[in-house]
Amino acid sequence: MPTGPADQSEQSEQSEIRTGPTQKEPAAMAVTVRIPTILRTYTGGAAEVAVEGANLAAVIDALEAAYPGIRARVLDESGRLRRFVNVYVNDDDVRFTEGLATETKDGATLSIIPAVAGG
Amino acid sequence: MSAAPVKLPPLVEPASELTVDEVRRYSRHLIIPDVAMDGQKRLKNARVLCVGAGGLGSPALMYLAAAGVGTLGVIEFDTVDESNLQRQIIHGQSDIGRSKAQSARDSVREINPYVNVVLHEERLDSENVMEIFSQYDLIVDGTDNFATRYLVNDACVLLNKPYVWGSIYRFDGQAAVFWSEHGPCYRCLYPEPPPPGMVPSCAEGGVLGVLCGSIGAIQVTEAIKLLTGIGEPLVGRLMIYDALEMTYRTVKVRKDPECAVCGKNPTVTELIDYEAFCGAVSEEAIEAARDSTITPATLKQWIDAGENIQIIDVREPAEYQIVSIPGATLIPKNEFIMGDALSKLPQDKRVVLHCKSGVRSAEVLALVKAAGFSDAVHVGSGIVGWVNQIEPHKPIY
Repeated sequence: MPTGPADQSEQSEQSEIRTGPTQKEPAAMAVTVRIPTILRTYTGGAAEVAVEGANLAAVIDALEAAYPGIRARVLDESGRLRRFVNVYVNDDDVRFTEGLATETKDGATLSIIPAVAGG
Repeated sequence: MSAAPVKLPPLVEPASELTVDEVRRYSRHLIIPDVAMDGQKRLKNARVLCVGAGGLGSPALMYLAAAGVGTLGVIEFDTVDESNLQRQIIHGQSDIGRSKAQSARDSVREINPYVNVVLHEERLDSENVMEIFSQYDLIVDGTDNFATRYLVNDACVLLNKPYVWGSIYRFDGQAAVFWSEHGPCYRCLYPEPPPPGMVPSCAEGGVLGVLCGSIGAIQVTEAIKLLTGIGEPLVGRLMIYDALEMTYRTVKVRKDPECAVCGKNPTVTELIDYEAFCGAVSEEAIEAARDSTITPATLKQWIDAGENIQIIDVREPAEYQIVSIPGATLIPKNEFIMGDALSKLPQDKRVVLHCKSGVRSAEVLALVKAAGFSDAVHVGSGIVGWVNQIEPHKPIY
């Protein structure tokens, strides 16, 4: 069974479809951020928002500017990624790439995935 | 980066045979070429443990039973409550007040009398987990708290058992198979639990009942695949389900070489104190609540005596709508953490905080006291205690 490359193309196709309906005309480094239910109180209920930023740190700054309070849910007091929140740029967990310096290319999809324990 | 494992051998050897009755019962499995007689015999020989017979455990146990898993273990110490029935479909109206484990066993027997059900009517902890888990081939996790999830993960790593994990909140679900021999474990994905009070439980935040079915069904699917050795297991991948958008996505989960339990130099080589690791209430909240916790009866006296107090309800608006204490003002906890709620508190009145059961109000109490409201108190048993003791005609949830 083919794995890697097929998954990749499927993923980027999906991202394209998703970024389609967002309101903003894609400017430089427009990134789509998927917001989990638990953080949607900050985005007025929006599941997906578009912001700009060349790397993850810049994207989080832009998120904070648009939705005050959200940064503290993703970063701790010393500005590091919280250990119970995972951030993916496209299909990659940034803890295994460049962390906050991970590049966010134009059209990238950023997913915030917090730990939940309900059952 | 290593490619994700796509194929694993069957976890269980086949039973010697199926009876005529079993052949009739499982005929729709037997005619699937990938399952067939061999796969069904493996299921018959399989021993699966379900941790919890609640939201996720209900559909998981029912489908595992129907599928013909030979031995099903159930760990559950709780009893059936009316508020469980919106999602815990293995229990029914007549089971309210009964042991969940026994209620689950009865439902499983009704679905499939050929399943051997083993009940463990106790709370899973570091003392009993190894002995219980060692009796099973695979563990399905349907618990509702971080402490038990880290306990289950660590025990599974130490015993090298596949851990079929699922988790839900409101409209979001996550599922994965953690198996350190073949991929990452739960700690590789989430190295540390959130601090107490930061992530609401389903009891605080709610959950769409049917979400349990969506995620529980994924867990059973993965269990069957692992037991019979078919398909590509959800190892090294995280399934993320969004019921509102109706999307399923998977992302890669990597094995963390620095993982505390399954990494190269593990620091967790035996079970730890998981309650302390995860904590239900923060140190600050415990400290703040000491000598500043009142009972519902005291609050009633203060109200009746016309004491100079302001009751602040720190729950969410949806909870306030269900039931509230007369005269209470709603200021959700998050507004204390992120916003300017402190400025809304009266300077000339004693502040009385409450939430549903006393956890959130203790967290807010710590903030309020730190801001100088030194005589503030909270209601230790929350509105649940208030309704039970003072206004029993009102609903609890």
